[in-house]
This record gives sequence, structure tokens and C-alpha cells, in this order.
Amino acid sequence: MHGVVNWAVHFFMLDEGPLIWLSDFLIICASLGIVAVLTKFRLWKWLWDEWLTTVDHKKIGIMYMIAAILMLFRGGTDGLLMRAQLAWPNMHFLSADHYDQIFTTHGTIMILFMAMPAIIGFFNVAVPLQIGCRDVAFPYLNAISFWLFFFAAMLFNLSFVVGGSPDGGWTSYPPYVENQFDPGPGENYYLVALSITGIGTIATGINFLVTILRMRAPGMTFMRMPMFTWSVFVTSVIILFAFPVLAVALALLLIDRDFGSHFFTVNGGGAPMQYVNLFWFWGHPEVYIVILPIFGLMSEVISTFSHKRIFGYSAMVVSMVAIAILSFVTWVHHFFTMGAGPGVNSFFGVSTMAIAIPTGVKVFNWIFTMHKGRLEFTTAMLWSLGVIPNFLIGGLTGVMLAVPPADYQYHNSYFLIAHFHYTLIGGTVFGVFSGLYYWWPKMFGVLLNEKLGRWHFWTFMVGFNICFFPQFFLGFMGMTRRMYTYPAGYGWGVVNLISTIGAFLMGVAFIIFVYNILWSARYGERDTTGDPWDGRTLEWATTSPAPHYNFAIIPTVKGRDAWWLMKQNGESINGPKGVPFRPIHMPNNSGRPFIMSALFFILGAGFVFQWWILAIVGFVGVLICMAQRSFEYDDSHYIPVEEIEQTEAAAGRL
Amino acid sequence: MKPKGRRVGGLIALIGFTVLALTGCDSPKYWPVLSPQGPVARSEYYLIIYSFILMLLVVLAVFILFFWVIIKYRARPDNADYVPPEIEGNAKLETLWTVIPILVVIALAIPTVAVTYKLVYPPKVEAATAKVVGKSITIDVISEQWKWVFKYPAQNIETVNYVDIPAGVPVNFQLTSSGPMNTFWVPALGGMEFTMPHMDLRLWLEADHPGSYLGRGAQYNGRGFAHMTFTVNALSPTDFENWVKSVQQTAPKLTQQADAQINQPGLIGKLTFSSTTPE
Repeated sequence: MHGVVNWAVHFFMLDEGPLIWLSDFLIICASLGIVAVLTKFRLWKWLWDEWLTTVDHKKIGIMYMIAAILMLFRGGTDGLLMRAQLAWPNMHFLSADHYDQIFTTHGTIMILFMAMPAIIGFFNVAVPLQIGCRDVAFPYLNAISFWLFFFAAMLFNLSFVVGGSPDGGWTSYPPYVENQFDPGPGENYYLVALSITGIGTIATGINFLVTILRMRAPGMTFMRMPMFTWSVFVTSVIILFAFPVLAVALALLLIDRDFGSHFFTVNGGGAPMQYVNLFWFWGHPEVYIVILPIFGLMSEVISTFSHKRIFGYSAMVVSMVAIAILSFVTWVHHFFTMGAGPGVNSFFGVSTMAIAIPTGVKVFNWIFTMHKGRLEFTTAMLWSLGVIPNFLIGGLTGVMLAVPPADYQYHNSYFLIAHFHYTLIGGTVFGVFSGLYYWWPKMFGVLLNEKLGRWHFWTFMVGFNICFFPQFFLGFMGMTRRMYTYPAGYGWGVVNLISTIGAFLMGVAFIIFVYNILWSARYGERDTTGDPWDGRTLEWATTSPAPHYNFAIIPTVKGRDAWWLMKQNGESINGPKGVPFRPIHMPNNSGRPFIMSALFFILGAGFVFQWWILAIVGFVGVLICMAQRSFEYDDSHYIPVEEIEQTEAAAGRL
Repeated sequence: MKPKGRRVGGLIALIGFTVLALTGCDSPKYWPVLSPQGPVARSEYYLIIYSFILMLLVVLAVFILFFWVIIKYRARPDNADYVPPEIEGNAKLETLWTVIPILVVIALAIPTVAVTYKLVYPPKVEAATAKVVGKSITIDVISEQWKWVFKYPAQNIETVNYVDIPAGVPVNFQLTSSGPMNTFWVPALGGMEFTMPHMDLRLWLEADHPGSYLGRGAQYNGRGFAHMTFTVNALSPTDFENWVKSVQQTAPKLTQQADAQINQPGLIGKLTFSSTTPE
């Protein structure tokens, strides 16, 4: 009995102190609260029918965005804990072990469970509407992608209170993360959760590639596609080439840890550096996966609020394709300091600098899109404009890092930390907020409040620069990343304190954002037109939110900025009057993606704790789900004409 | 509305000057990367400054253009009925801003490649110095959890968490690790290089003058990572020779017991031995 209690105390980490107890308390409260609300308002059936079983890209997109905002909160809390610990020399707020776990989960969550779902959420929200179709090519697979991501994120977050978080950094370099140096379930959580979400991401890549290739409305040629759709197309190709490499790297490392092989161990002929190559062969393209869609949506936002078409459309497309190709020949710049010869380092240095050329083309084309325009500084526009100076600093310090001899001094220092936060926050997070303010009315039929939006933007903009600009100096002062504390006497204290103040300002900005969401849901301006921004692309041609089938009649596209053209010519999205509606073929909802992903969670937990019976149960369950799907012949239905007529009449489009 | 650049730009400048004023930016103690103390760090420093100036010019050019456009073309009540023209693009302008970045990249790439090749070879050494200690000296570096071990194969001595080198002589650090990876970094003397198990990487460093410089590991390798610092003492060639002799004569031999303690994960002070293989 005593042994069981001891085991349980350790397993649930009750011996780890107040941070864990607080988390346990909050998790239990939140869970009970959700269950209570769902039961009190009899929402269980609604939840299952409308959300958990949906295959509608619009709802899946909303669920991705909600998950991304929750994960931004989790990852941001990690960041604030780290900044609190580093605020002054010799702080004892966090122990080394806790700090190591927190910087690992911060990085992993922000990239894989915040940036990725936010990006993929926008794919879902916008792409089918922009190309004038009714859903993605594989709606059922789309639901699987989401639920795999969701359960992987849950599994990863569970590590904080059950068994211990991973502590090998988000890059998880062996041999440190092998059992010899880092025993316990922590690293397994990282490997298993990333593997599961990775399967979902690969499926998303296939899904949107096929959707864009095969399902564009008649007349929408490749060179008439909206810039955001173009960016999603290019990103899907990168996903398809990059994510399988990550899957292999994670699988090999997991086999090392779970089954005692020696792919990356110190002894037994292991080659740790091979993991580093595989990781960055995914890792570098990954940063373009999270920035190219932002470039796409910035092009939409800047063009819309300048009331001008995008300047140099062809150059924008070519530069995106060039960035995609170059992204696969720069991975060695993450380890210039691993002893490659001067020839190799020179090649990868110059190839990295070369990415600045197509990126520069994009920046100038954005500026000239605004030139001679009439710029409206809505919140969405402010966030997109914020990307330009911030990402410019991030990108150009990236060019400085691309100089191998200089990189020998920057590598793993706070200069690097500042650089990639300028690209990932200054680029991706600013872009995600821009997209949220831009597409919020399309997602929910409500506009976010502009005044609160401005407060959100300016607080975040100022806080972000106060937080990360001083970190460039810390790099020159010799401070390295992942230090849980530092002694006085190096002059780092004041700089770190300034940085911490900035970080907490960003936290305040996040609270303003959440308040804005809640305030707007209750009092916000309702979008009755479906086109609140005088938009240019087809998603603004339909109601907000769009009807289940998106378009009653698939529109015919006559040029770039299709909806803008229709408005200029006084045309309706449903074409000439009197064209009769026909029944619309739509996929059925299914609970299986949710159940199958839950079984993946069980399978994953088996691999984390090496409880093989649990793993087998999960695995067999997944196989049964797949077999069931193979014999499912009746998976679609038709929406009758009367229902379409009612919906269209209510939207005033008859 | 107030243009965002002024507020943020002012803030950045304020932070920058505060930091510089508080710490004194030419001091090798506070700004090791920006006050190089040897030929390797100096080559890297020049490249850092050169690339910074190039990038600063780009930043200024883009910022001026950007803020000019967003101020001049902002929506105002008096231009409410202005309808912006639909402009497809401009081949001449677009060629211009493709060619200029290409030229900037070329201007940066040439010295980059030159210095990348140069750093593979040892820095030059003066004839007088070479007479005392030789043209170069080799030191094997092993990163442990969480300490730095230095073995002098020619002198048959070993130190832990500090390393003495002759000033003015190129030091050939041969880097490896007994377990997790780390990187060996002495910012005042030059950039870092990885230590990896079963691999020998080489890093040439040289100190101009006698002095003490802080080194540290820069690749996270577990609980004690933040404490993995070491001291590099550059001595005059004669002092270095005397130090070697005194270590050989007075320091204890490396025992099995001491070696096992070094191999155990943990923190440890500075140690000196007069042999490199445990007996």
C-alpha cells in the first residue's frame, strides 16, 4: 500500500511543489466547470452533433483557432515564468529542472501547438471560400487532422502534471535526450505527441494541395487565385516534403528510448548528429510553413485596406515559390558550429542570404501596393503593417546570422533568441492576429471591437519590442539560451529586467484580446452584409458566417479579385437571376475521426509509459476504425432545393 | 493617429543607450563579442560590424519608404472620394528591387566566404614567440556533465574548469564530449564550436595579450548547464613554460578515483593534474 501511494505521488508529481498543485487545481476546476455548463444548459448533444462530429471546414477552422488561442495562453504562461525567473541574477523562483521543462514546452507548444493550428485554422477558414467550392477535397480526413492535433496537444500538455514534462529543448538533441541521460516519460511525451500531430499535418498538406488543384471554381486559373490561396498551395507542398522527415527522426529516437536501439546514442555506433540533420531538414522549412501563409494573408489585408489590387502579383507568386525551394537548401545554417568544412558552411551561408532576395521583393511589393492607395488603419491592417518593420529586423538579423564566422559568436546566444522571436512573433503572431481581426466576422458573424483592438495592438507592439530588442544586446554580452540563472557581475541583470517588463506587457495585451473577444460576442457589431471590409475575394461574397454549403451556385470567375470584379459589374454571387438551384451534395458528419484520435491518444500514452497493453488496445482500436471507414458506403447526403431557397432568401440573395 | 515608428523607434533607442551607458560598451568584461581579444575574434568582429552596417542601410531605406507611404496615403476626411488606381505592377521598379538585394548579398557573401576559409587555418605567429613555445599548441577539450576537462598531450598535464594558454600563440583546441553535446565558447577570443561524442572538431583560438577570459558551454546539456563556465588564462610564453613545469613537478597524478569523480554528473571546482591517463 505504501509503495502504491509513493508511486502515485511521484507519478502525479505531487512532490514537485506548488506550481504543480496550482495547475492540478486549475485543471480540475476548468474540467468540472465545462462539464457543469454543458450539463446545465443541455449542450452535450449540441456539442457532439455540431462540433465533435463535424466535417465542415468552417467549423474545423474555428476549432483550430480556439485551440491555437488556448495554446498561446499555455505557451505564453511558460514564457512569462521563464522571464520571471531571469528577471534578476540568482533568482530562485524556478529550479533548474523546472526551468528546463518550461523552456522545452514553451518552444514546442508555440511552434507545433500554437503556430501550426493557427495557420491551418486559416487554411480551413478561408481557402474553400476563396476558391469558390463547398468543402475541402477530403472533409472526413480534415476532421481526422484536427482531432489528431487536438489529442496530441492534450497528451503533450498532460505531461506537466502527469509523469513530468520533456526537458531536452524543443529541438531535443540526442544524445542528451536518450535514456542514459534523461530517463522517465518526459521526452517520450514530446516524441509521441509530435508524431501524432505530424500525421495530422501531413494529411492537411495533402488535403489542401488536392483541394486547390482540383476544386477551384470555373474560371479561377492559377494566376487568378487569391494570394492567400497561393501561399497555402506553396505551404502544402513544403509540408509534404518536410513533415515526413520529422516523422522519421522522431520515430528513430522513440525506438531508441522505448526499445533500446542505438540510432543516436553515445555508444553502440549511434550517430547523434544524424538526428540534428534530420531535425533541421524539417525544422528550417517549418519556419517557412508558419510564415508563408502569413505573407499570403498580409497581401490580402494590405490590398483590401489600401483599396487597390496587389502590386506585382506575378512577382509575389514567383518569390513565394523561390522561398519554398530555397527553404530546403539552408538547413545546415542551424549548425555551422558542428564542424562542417568551409565549403559546406560557405554554401549554406550564401544560400541563406539568398532568401533575403525574394523576401525583399515581397516587402517592396507590399509597400507599393499601399503607394497611391487610400489606407484605412483598421486593427487587421495595423497588425499586418506591424509585421513589416518587425519582420524586417528579424529577417535582416537572420542575414547577419547567415555569415558563418559571425554565427560562431551568435550561435545559441540571446542574439539568436531575439532574432527568431522577431521572425516568429513579429511575423507569425502579428500575422495571426491580423488574420483573426480580418476573418473574425466571416467566422462568427461578429466584428471584433476596433478600439479594444487598437489597445491590443499597441500594447503588444510596445511590449514585444521592449521584451526582445534588449536580447540582441544580451547576445553580445555573452548570455546563452537555456540558462536557468546567472550570477551578478556580467551586467545582464538590468537588460533582463527590461526584457521581462516587456514580456508582461505582452501578457497584458493578451488579456485585452480575450476581453475583446468576450465583449464583442456580447455587444459587438453584427456583420449583416457578409462583406464588412469591402473585400476583394470570394469569401466576402457570401453570408457571415457562410451557409453550410458556402455557395448555392458555384460562381464563375472572370479575373483576379473575383468578388471585387463582380461588385464593379453589379453581378450577384449566384450568377444571373433565374438560374434554378439544384440539390447540393455534401459529406455526412462522422464521430469516427474524434473516436479514432482518442484511440491514438491511448496508443500514444502506451508508448509514453511503455504500458504495452494500453498501446495494443489503442492500436487495435485505430485499426478497427480504419476498417469500419473502408466499408462505409453511405457517407454523403443532398441538401434539398427548398432548404437552399430558404437560406438564400434569408440572406437576401434571391 | 500617431505613426507607430516614432514611438517604437524612440523606445528602442532609449533602451539601447541605457544599456550602453550602464555597462560601457568597449569593455571586454561586459561586451566580450564586441571587444575581441585575439585575431580569430577580431576577424569575426569585423564581419559582424560590416554585416550590421549593410543591414542598417537596408533597414533605414525600407523604414523611410514604408513610413513615407503609410503617412502620405492614409485615409483622411478630405480624400474620402479618392478612388485609388488599379496598378498591375511595374517591371522596372520590380527589377530594381530584385537587383539591389542581389548586390547586397554579393557584397556580404565575398568577405563571408573569405573569412570562413581563413578561420580553418591557424592565425599567424611571431617568430620570437614561436621560439619559446613553438608555432602552435594542441589542447584536447572534453565536455562532461557539467565541467570542462583540458588535456595537454605534449605536456602530459590535465586541468579541469580552467585552461592556461600562451598569449600570441595559436591554440589548436581538439573538441569532443564524453556524453551529451555542448559547445565550447570563449566569446572574447572567438566563436564557438560543438563538442560531440566520438567526434573530434578543431577550433583555433589565440589571445593577443596575457589576461583572463570567461568561457562557457552554450549547448544545453542538463541540470547543471548554466554553471558550466571555465576560465581561460592567457600567460606570456615564458610564464606559460614556467606554469607547465611547476604543474608537472608539483600537481598530483590523475587517479582512477579523481577520474571517476570527473565523469560523474555534477559540479566541481578547478582541478590540476600532472598526468592525463588515470592510474
